Amino acid sequence: MEMDKKLVVSSSPHIRSIDSVQSVMTDVLIALFPVALMAVLLFGYQALLTMAISVVTAMLVEALWLKKRDIFSDRSAAVTGLLFAMVLPPAAPWWLVVIGSAMAIIIGKQVFGGIGYNIFNPALVGRAIVVVSWGSHMVGTVWSTPEPFAFGADIAAVTTATPLAGEAQAQAVTLAQLFVGNVAGCLGETSAFALLVGAAWLFYKGHIDWRIPVGFIGTVFVLGALLGGGFYENHLLTGFFHVLAGGVMLGALFMATDLVTSPVTPVGKLIFGIGCGLITILIRLWGTMPEGVTFAILIMNALTPIIDNFTVPKQFGGVKKSA
Amino acid sequence: MGSTVFKGGVHPDYRKEITASLAVTKMKLPSKVVIPLQQHIGAPCEPLEGIEVGAEVKTGQRIAESSSFVSAPIHASISGKITEIGLYNHPLGRPVQAVTIESDGQDQWVDGLKPAGDLSSLTSQEIRKAVQEAGIVGLGGATFPAHVKLSPPKEKPIDVVIINGAECEPYLTADHRVMLEKTEKIVFGLKIMMKALGAEKGIIGIEDNKADAIQAMEQAIAEEDAISINRLHTKYPQGAEKMLILVTTGRKVPSGGLPMDVGVVNHNVGTAVAVCDAIREGKPLIERVVTVTGEGVNTPANLLIRVGTLVSDVLETCGGLKEETRKLIIGGPMMGLAQSNADLPVIKGTSGILALTDDDVYLAESSPCIRCAKCVTACPVQLVPTDIAQAAEHGLFKKAEKLHALDCFECGCCAYVCPSKIPLTQLIRIAKAEIVKAKKR
Repeated sequence: MEMDKKLVVSSSPHIRSIDSVQSVMTDVLIALFPVALMAVLLFGYQALLTMAISVVTAMLVEALWLKKRDIFSDRSAAVTGLLFAMVLPPAAPWWLVVIGSAMAIIIGKQVFGGIGYNIFNPALVGRAIVVVSWGSHMVGTVWSTPEPFAFGADIAAVTTATPLAGEAQAQAVTLAQLFVGNVAGCLGETSAFALLVGAAWLFYKGHIDWRIPVGFIGTVFVLGALLGGGFYENHLLTGFFHVLAGGVMLGALFMATDLVTSPVTPVGKLIFGIGCGLITILIRLWGTMPEGVTFAILIMNALTPIIDNFTVPKQFGGVKKSA
Repeated sequence: MGSTVFKGGVHPDYRKEITASLAVTKMKLPSKVVIPLQQHIGAPCEPLEGIEVGAEVKTGQRIAESSSFVSAPIHASISGKITEIGLYNHPLGRPVQAVTIESDGQDQWVDGLKPAGDLSSLTSQEIRKAVQEAGIVGLGGATFPAHVKLSPPKEKPIDVVIINGAECEPYLTADHRVMLEKTEKIVFGLKIMMKALGAEKGIIGIEDNKADAIQAMEQAIAEEDAISINRLHTKYPQGAEKMLILVTTGRKVPSGGLPMDVGVVNHNVGTAVAVCDAIREGKPLIERVVTVTGEGVNTPANLLIRVGTLVSDVLETCGGLKEETRKLIIGGPMMGLAQSNADLPVIKGTSGILALTDDDVYLAESSPCIRCAKCVTACPVQLVPTDIAQAAEHGLFKKAEKLHALDCFECGCCAYVCPSKIPLTQLIRIAKAEIVKAKKR
């Protein structure tokens, strides 16, 4: 048979789903679109510029590192670049954006062997590096006051502290304001609404599991309500404040759910989420920094392999647990 | 009644519409058949005395058997002259001993085939004997000898017989057609098996993408109090033994165990028909329904084919393969076996002949695992496929064993969903083989 030469013999299954690494990453970019849009609506052109610089830097640095001409590649660099921008002050200086984004790709990802091999969330590695190196640009009263629908406004002119800075700042905002995002904070973290809309796409596509966000947000809510200070008239509202203020929503929905650096087992995901929430609250209430999401996630990233090892699910019809 | 769904599984593109509405047609008798002496799980058969080159045989004549209990005798599927006994290609990959028969064109049946008796008067022993003599094996593809499943040890009483009409493999419609066209025989076959096992309950499980089959079967069991139809949610691998039992009875087959450990015996719809024919007519298993399909086949069909018919002859009947065919598969696309050529016979367990084209065949290289856990979510037996595959890749077979690699039944869901296109199922298969090898040492 002439046909013989063309027949491919390989192991089953012979059909594959249409999902690819590239399509998954594209879905993350799509999910971040509402967040990016909200950032531009709130903080204007400077937010757009910060995001653009970060994304382009990340793609270029990865292409250079891998000596590849295709800067889009599997689109994971664009995801890292965009996520890094999301955790910056909206009007961060351009050089800080460039250095942080490059560090995210190099130190966060490529030195470990590239996609799939990194231990820590690359965008948060970038953020940790710039927080430690240029704290005066990242901590304190560097946060631009949002100027909704004023695309051309110079938002760097009026800065303030975030609602997490202290009791006075917390009392200056309403929960509704926090939900919409009309408060000072990182470019992509302020609007819980936009984050939920974006994350809904990832849930719909099956790329993220409920366990990490629910574990994270649930823990922050419960501990925030119980321990979180008394600047609201009741504990429940204080719990909501801790969930909506700062980076918890962005962290729980987009950072802690980073595929590579979070557990793969169902129980492991829940433990990971709870751990992130616990450390976040510990840092917020008793640490030197007002916000703890970045380091909470990075610490849990480090524990991910161990969590996976100890949470191997019981197999179908299995009797005793073994790891 | 059990839970309505099992954990895990995938929703592939089913493509059953290609052949679902095509009634089964009898393929014209081939000019020759090549009948492998091993078409079942268990001991291979040896040719009977007088079965040698030059001998004349008749349709239905027993030509080979084994003294081992876990085996099934083999019968001539056409009448004619034996021209060769020797190694021949086999769907499982390794050539096996096979008897080649040149047809005399007469299709003369062997004398003496007669009904086993009346259902009400038959004993378990008589049923088992008739089933064994007919050479019936599981027609769903696993090819386990049917009489063995009808002979559970005393300490494992069976109360439920499940007939598997899930047909969850994409493309395949052979079972679907059998349910529509041989409805009454399936019910009769089920009743015989219930009698042989002393089971009080019969369940026929059918995926809800075959509404017409469900309706036909429901009509056929209207008078049967002991038999019910279970409408199954369409999800691959719903037809896998353990998933089917869980969903229809709520019972969980223990890890490493068999359905009889939970009082259940499972049979495919085609097997039920074969059992019916064996009891009613004394007819041995010499033909079966095969779906010939896929984008690479010119004229897809559901064909009734004599065992031993060469796949090349079947494809010729179906107008040949298209130029863009890239894969020829015996079975379905999830668990079937890719072949390097069509010069091999249809055997008792061949449910489908599938030709996939460039568009369907994925040949790109895999990229590193991004730990997305899609394989973990998809695994119907709750394994962590990516970790087992990684262990296998590094030769860490002890670790793979600890991760329950042996519980994998190779359904292919993990590799199907993997966005990095890692051949997870293949790597786990390697791990399983190595673990079994190490145990034997």
